[in-house]
Amino acid sequence: MKVLAAMSGGVDSAVAAARAVEAGHEVVGVHLALSRNSGTLRTGSRGCCTIEDSMDAQRAANILGIPYYVWDFSEKFKTDVVDDFIAEYQAGRTPNPCMRCNERIKFAALLEKALALGFDAVCTGHYASLLTDEFGNLELHRSNEMAKDQSYVLGVLTAEQLKHSMFPLGATASKNDIRREANERGLSVANKPDSYDICFIPEGDTQDWLSEKVGKAPGQIIDREGNVLGDHQGTHEFTVGQRKGLSIGRPAADGKPRYVLEISPKTNTVIVGPQAALAINEMVGTRYTWCGNAPTETNNWSEILVQVRAHGDAIEAEFKLDSGEMRIRVKQPLLGVAPGQTAVLYLGTRVLGQTTIDRTVSAVPVSTGSEV
Amino acid sequence: MAIYLDHAATTPLRPQVIEGYLAQLQVLGNPSSVHSQGQKARQVVEDARDQVAKAVDCHRSEVLFTSGGTESNNLAIKGLFLDAVKRDPQRKVLLTAGTEHHAGIDPVEWLEQSEGAQVVWLPVNDYGVVDLATLSEYLDEHGRSVALISLMWVNNETGLITPIAEITRLAAKHEVPVHSDAVAAFGHVPVSFKQSGLATMAVSGHKFGAPVGTGALIVARDAKLAITSHGGGQERGIRSGTLSAPLALALGASAALAVAELEQVSSRLEVLAQKLKNSILGIAPDAIFTRGEHEGFAGIVHFTFPGCSGDSLLFLLDSAGVSVSTGSACRAGVAQASHVLVAMGRTEDQARGSLRISLGYTTTEQDVDAFIAAFPNAYAGAKKAGLPSK
Repeated sequence: MKVLAAMSGGVDSAVAAARAVEAGHEVVGVHLALSRNSGTLRTGSRGCCTIEDSMDAQRAANILGIPYYVWDFSEKFKTDVVDDFIAEYQAGRTPNPCMRCNERIKFAALLEKALALGFDAVCTGHYASLLTDEFGNLELHRSNEMAKDQSYVLGVLTAEQLKHSMFPLGATASKNDIRREANERGLSVANKPDSYDICFIPEGDTQDWLSEKVGKAPGQIIDREGNVLGDHQGTHEFTVGQRKGLSIGRPAADGKPRYVLEISPKTNTVIVGPQAALAINEMVGTRYTWCGNAPTETNNWSEILVQVRAHGDAIEAEFKLDSGEMRIRVKQPLLGVAPGQTAVLYLGTRVLGQTTIDRTVSAVPVSTGSEV
Repeated sequence: MAIYLDHAATTPLRPQVIEGYLAQLQVLGNPSSVHSQGQKARQVVEDARDQVAKAVDCHRSEVLFTSGGTESNNLAIKGLFLDAVKRDPQRKVLLTAGTEHHAGIDPVEWLEQSEGAQVVWLPVNDYGVVDLATLSEYLDEHGRSVALISLMWVNNETGLITPIAEITRLAAKHEVPVHSDAVAAFGHVPVSFKQSGLATMAVSGHKFGAPVGTGALIVARDAKLAITSHGGGQERGIRSGTLSAPLALALGASAALAVAELEQVSSRLEVLAQKLKNSILGIAPDAIFTRGEHEGFAGIVHFTFPGCSGDSLLFLLDSAGVSVSTGSACRAGVAQASHVLVAMGRTEDQARGSLRISLGYTTTEQDVDAFIAAFPNAYAGAKKAGLPSK
């Protein structure tokens, strides 16, 4: 196969490319330029797309003996990932930019370009496994290394995208094995620190970064009964489930800390309440996709596992489609789930599909019974 | 063997200079040493200086050996500006254009940020032609506040020629020195430093067949440059550092060869470039020849292809064994739309569809034919892949 290895300059994508070469594929390394104002050097685990990252990717490609190119996706990345991230926060939601990047850049714009230019597949260093069922259908599964499993952020992939994807690290036992393998292969990135945080927020402080982008928009902090408790400097500074940074003078009647329950950009208010009120028992989304073949039964409640954040646990739940919406009911109330997050559905280790959460249903209704 | 059509990035080392260069590498002696061995090394350097002076048509003492175009541009732009401001603090304006190479733009931006330069970016039209009327008016009104004009002789991406003599004529009325980045010009189009009226001119060896790491800064005898790189005082104190006899030798010999065959090579390249252009327009009728009908160096053939990404074209041509470029090679590692094309008023999408095919002294008709054979598939694939922003 003719394989395009997306190479970030990190150790995972370098080893993934190496394995693709070793498997006998014709591999070409491509580094995606995603940032307009690239820094020169990387500092620790933060930042991304520095010239150093590009040089590291190129050096790895040299050592593997494969051609290497830099392709500019910075404009699309800005509109589809960065601007989307800002808009989602402004709309009171909590987005996952890595997911958007996979959905719109790596396995969309990049994959489409790769296919048009004659490639058969895109190979990345994600920790996830592509398996084939008894009928030859592709399925996406969790990686063997649960601590590094990244199947969640790949939950947006469709059957068509899976056909052209390659995740050579899925069967890896541990990240240490990858580093050892990189070292044995003479790859200089063997000991490069892992990336954390959001790549386009180099300082790591999302709230500061957002404030710089969207400015201040003071409003009120209220409780579920509508009592005004304090002021805020912009709803983008808050996410559902947040406890810190709420400048509310008076303690709650019960003396317990209060949490952000809901963000209402329309009224520019942040609604807070006790931790118990964060509990939800249902999530609903209209933007859902199936990862591989769609399940045959979608009209009645079916047992699944659901995961709502990249490093969260999968918990027992059931789902069904109802008037164009995917409804997911959790068996035990779940705390702090924000609209904008992605709910990924699993059947055991298999990724079944996902939906962006549009709204949640509180497990603890207030007297008015309104949805939170 | 890959077909090489990226001579504007670097061109093959001239075979005739290799033997002498390799021999000189093994000769001991610092050209600045007083003993006989030093004097022998010095003689090699000074022979080379004569060759370069003859090739660029200047006095031998106006030739300063440097490491290449970037160093030459930095020494000249910073040196001329800082000296002008020192002599007359009113002269703070630096006139240049957004279509310059980064080696011309970045020193200017540094002067703006660190040394109080007021930069006026001269308007250019859709083809990159600097608006001389604006320049003339600006000089008539503010001539006494201008420290320096810096404009390149041949644009390294589009091949466009800037009429340097006209610019120096306008500048002379106001006693404003003019620097020109002639890296893409010297060895390719007729260059006479004496007749140019320039104060300084940057030349790079590897663009005309000398090794990478060679170059010259031509500094008129009456030009005044502040020293910005300090050391042992070699090369009129402007470019300190031990002189390299082998590098000077290779530069001098290559410069002589390039100028000797310039006329014959240019007429050959003109025919090849025309064939290339016709074939490209036959296959991609909506392609736009970037410098239009304006005068340019025949060896640089630059097109924009609407709806195509230059990096798709480059990838597919490279896969087919043809080496070309999307623009300057210097920003490799960070893919960006060409600042030159953006300065010419192109949108980023238009600029992204750039492809530069550059011919050199070794280019043959077979090279051009190989490109023409590979181009239809590459173009079809790139068109299919489209632009990432769509």
